[in-house]
Amino acid sequence: MTAATASQTIGPYWHLIEDKSWADLTRFGAEGERIVLTGAVIDGDGAPFADGCVEIWQADPPASDSFPGFGRSVIDRYGNYHLVTMKPGPVPGRGNAQQAPHIAICILGRGLMHHLVTRAYFDGETLNATDPLLTSIEEPARRATLIARNDAPGVWRLDIRLQGGNETVFLDI
Amino acid sequence: MSDPIPFRPYAAGTQPSLDSPDYLGTRKRHPRHSLHKLPHTITETIGPAFSPALFPPMADMTTIDGRRALGERIIVAGRITDEDGRPVPNTMVEIWQANATGRYHHPADQHDAPLDPNFSGAGRVFTDADGRYKVLTIRPGAYPWPNHKNAWRPSHIHFSFFGPAFATRLVTQMYFPGDPLLAFDPIYNAVLDQAARQQLVSVFDFDITQPDYALGFRFDVVLRGRGATPMEH
Repeated sequence: MTAATASQTIGPYWHLIEDKSWADLTRFGAEGERIVLTGAVIDGDGAPFADGCVEIWQADPPASDSFPGFGRSVIDRYGNYHLVTMKPGPVPGRGNAQQAPHIAICILGRGLMHHLVTRAYFDGETLNATDPLLTSIEEPARRATLIARNDAPGVWRLDIRLQGGNETVFLDI
Repeated sequence: MSDPIPFRPYAAGTQPSLDSPDYLGTRKRHPRHSLHKLPHTITETIGPAFSPALFPPMADMTTIDGRRALGERIIVAGRITDEDGRPVPNTMVEIWQANATGRYHHPADQHDAPLDPNFSGAGRVFTDADGRYKVLTIRPGAYPWPNHKNAWRPSHIHFSFFGPAFATRLVTQMYFPGDPLLAFDPIYNAVLDQAARQQLVSVFDFDITQPDYALGFRFDVVLRGRGATPMEH
């Protein structure tokens, strides 16, 4: 058995492969409830994580010809990412558990030797109270770093802090 | 409903630490809390499928509108497998790199080396049914960077892989055999396991080399394999 190849940083020049249309997961004509997922990514100095990117993946709605389930947004000079996608529904967890609606997040950039993984949940979802991941995080303040808040109709904000005060919970997957 | 089969954890020492202090960029960008263990669910065990119809391949990076880029033409080819040696078929591979002079076609790169109007430095290919991929490009140059005094990145090509699941995502860099700069590069050396580091160095290969046309380098890549048992402990 050969071990999985090592990760290396995506570096500051990944924009050579950037296609801005990837930030809109509805571009192939998906029908249903569209949402915006946006926020700022901040480093340990409180400075914008300006040369990275945010990728998202969701298991629901299921990927299809009209919905890739995957998107990528540049993080702009102010640290902001901005994605348009479909509102996910609940998906099965392990055993008999149900997972609250969520979007998987992958953060890449200069200074990250391996991508960081986290999730966006949605404030106000009843299933948040029993979600296996959320309930496995004991401190409410830490748990809250995974919950996007509803800023405006259809607009969900999740700020991501890489290091220090109010640091986002990152996942070992 | 049965649980999805999880992917195996990374083998110890084979992945770089997020806190790699010799690479200054990691200092304010690595989390201080340890990562929170998440047993794999359907979210992690399935992933995006990209089709060449919607994501057109760009397997020849050496010409733009028929005009040829400067530098040493090379073929980079290899096979993507999982940890059990099974091929990873029909998966998208993204590629980007500096030009022959060591400069990226990117506004943030102000290295005083010439840009090549005939080289954008971006490519995209898909593996075949046997996990094989091939791209035609230009050998990238080394370039200085501001990490420490007289810091130079070894020649490298960036690669992005997706594989079958969110859990198999991999972004890495391919290096060239015999490069004297490797010993001094904090990004390459952030991988502590010697064998894992060596896996990032391509191999010169006469079977890939095309006579009278281009040298060939083999870069085989391994993505995580599925474990036989759930990894909850």
